[in-house]
Amino acid sequence: MTSHSALDIVVSGTESDSHTWNLVYLQLLLEGWGHRVENLGPCVAGRDIVERYAYRAPDLIVLSSVNGHGESDGLRAVAALRASRELAGTPVVIGGKLGTHGTADLARGENSPGAVARRLREAGFTAVFLEPVDLGAFEEFVGSVVPRHGRAARQALQTTPA
Amino acid sequence: MDDARPATVSRSLFGDFVARSRAAGRLVVQPRMGFGEPQVMRDGLTAVKAARATTIGTVTLDSYTRVGDLDAARKALDEGADINGYPIVTHGLATNRKLVEDLLAPDFPIQVRHGSARPQDIIAASLRAGLDATEGGPVSYCLPYGRISLRDSVRNWEESCALMTAARAHGAEPHVETFGGCMLGQLCPPSMLVAISLLEGLFFHRHGVRSISLSYAQQTHADQDRGAIRALRRLARQFLPDADWHVVVYTYMGVYPRTGAGARLLLEQSVDIAVRTGAERLIVKTAAEAHRIATVEENIQALETAAAADRRVRATGPLPADSDDLTDTDGDDFTDDPDAQEILDEATSVITAVLALSEDPGAALTAAFAHGLLDVPYCLHADNMGRTRSYIDRDGRLRWSRTGSLPFRAAGRTTDATDMTAADLLGALSRVQRSFDRAADLGVPPGHVQLIN
Ligand code: B12
Repeated sequence: MTSHSALDIVVSGTESDSHTWNLVYLQLLLEGWGHRVENLGPCVAGRDIVERYAYRAPDLIVLSSVNGHGESDGLRAVAALRASRELAGTPVVIGGKLGTHGTADLARGENSPGAVARRLREAGFTAVFLEPVDLGAFEEFVGSVVPRHGRAARQALQTTPA
Repeated sequence: MDDARPATVSRSLFGDFVARSRAAGRLVVQPRMGFGEPQVMRDGLTAVKAARATTIGTVTLDSYTRVGDLDAARKALDEGADINGYPIVTHGLATNRKLVEDLLAPDFPIQVRHGSARPQDIIAASLRAGLDATEGGPVSYCLPYGRISLRDSVRNWEESCALMTAARAHGAEPHVETFGGCMLGQLCPPSMLVAISLLEGLFFHRHGVRSISLSYAQQTHADQDRGAIRALRRLARQFLPDADWHVVVYTYMGVYPRTGAGARLLLEQSVDIAVRTGAERLIVKTAAEAHRIATVEENIQALETAAAADRRVRATGPLPADSDDLTDTDGDDFTDDPDAQEILDEATSVITAVLALSEDPGAALTAAFAHGLLDVPYCLHADNMGRTRSYIDRDGRLRWSRTGSLPFRAAGRTTDATDMTAADLLGALSRVQRSFDRAADLGVPPGHVQLIN
């Protein structure tokens, strides 16, 4: 249950997004940090993840999108994940280029990175990593995730009367 | 040559425009532009037509339409949400006709670019609006784009070709551009790009398309890219003798320079490569590429920058490649050009091995991937064997480090077969970006930028 224990992590693209270099990169990054990664590839809907992983309970689900539809794809995905009893409590993060306005001049008001991240967190994402991504913050976040076995043990402790 | 054709054979508006521009000594330039709102899309096309450049218009479709999620496209339109392209199926016939009305003409063809492995309704919607020029291919719009199987993609593209050729009854003459010269945008060695582009061109031709363009995307080294385009032209003359074909170059399709000056330099280098190899058309990238969807103005700037670069290159004197097509005979080696020779040798081995698998080009392509005769490095698609790897050499050339079951050996070269870490991968993916941002700072002229480490 230390921050160094290996996690089972699912890396996936979002429903309408076909980009894959981001997924290959995230897989290598997380494996480099000592975790086990299943890379689902591009164009995966939230319901597909639920179907595949409901009974395999990964420790962390990492979604990535760069095609500009990340917010709407992400909202649909997290709704499906949070609606599934088995995955409702699994940490789910999303990152990448989530809108079509970039992060500078054109990204204002409701398109600003802050506003996009807030809507995604409110919808159920545990954390959001918008470009330009702070890798240190991501590493810290992943390090803080408690492996499933740890979670189960903790729950058992909490629910077992002394 | 063209005059010898029977008068009854109609010519593709698209192919004709490109041929006339070539004869006039002008590179045709084209954006990758697409907006969800019909009025914005139309304003964009209007501006492209008016740009100080020899242009063709582009309607790039959004990702929902690409993956066939028409409900999501509908919802995005209803909510006024921003999408990354023009949803041609959802907008429907009346809107699509209005989009191109009084713009689409022999002096301004318009092409639909979509990235779909299930394009039948996209093709049908395009044809109904009078848009008979498109892009794609059973391999290049499948492996880099999602989860549809190669077998299904082949069938879908066969049906799409049938839709296009049937539209001749209504006066259309389809033009299709292969996207095979751009597998995943980056780190796919030139010989594989040339081979896939040519094989997709053959696929279209066998399925009745007579006007075809063969693509090649700029990679990491200007000499190697020039060699690749020479090899591609040689192969096209050999394998597509009775088609109306031309070569289209894509400005770099991988991780793009961040600075305006770096972005412009990479664009200008692609113009240099295209013009010096006799390529007829170029699809540009904008200064916004690394960051977000470009505005109309940024697209126009890129087109005009490319047109100016085209004039500058031509002003330097006669282009060696101008005579290439006439003097180049199929038996000759490219004795003066080791890059072209190496790429020609590798691509020829691949093409010959693939075509030997079946009379039917679609079946041959499917079998070739199953046997690993075609195998794209770093491609996650289930129908790609995934036994090949590539790297960028010290001199900036893109090379094979593992050739898997490809029908040739990357012999006599240092191969770097160590596994990549995330940092290595990012380093390789961003080398062009870093090098051009830096070279722009140093004032290196286009055509001469070399990669730094
Ligand atoms: C290569 C490429 C392609 C290739 C993809 C091949 C493949 N299978 O991957 C091809 C040519 C096929 C392609 C197609 C399209 N593309 Co594209 N593509 C690119 C390009 C040039 C490079 C992307 C890349 O490889 N990056 C390398 C990887 C390693 O980095 P990354 O993806 O940028 O991610 C980094 C961070 O964001 C972060 N990150 C990403 N996700 C996550 C998640 C977490 C949790 C964390 C912590 C970090 C993180 O990690 C990475 C390293 O820093 C970019 C522009 C650019 N950057 O220069 C455009 C770009 C991403 N594409 C774009 C678009 C729109 C498309 C298309 C829709 C076509 C179109 N309309 O123009 C289609 C996609 C169709 C679909 N269904 O989605 C746009 C997106 C616009 C936006 N977001 O505003 C971009 C930005 C280009 C542009 N300016 O228009 N593309």
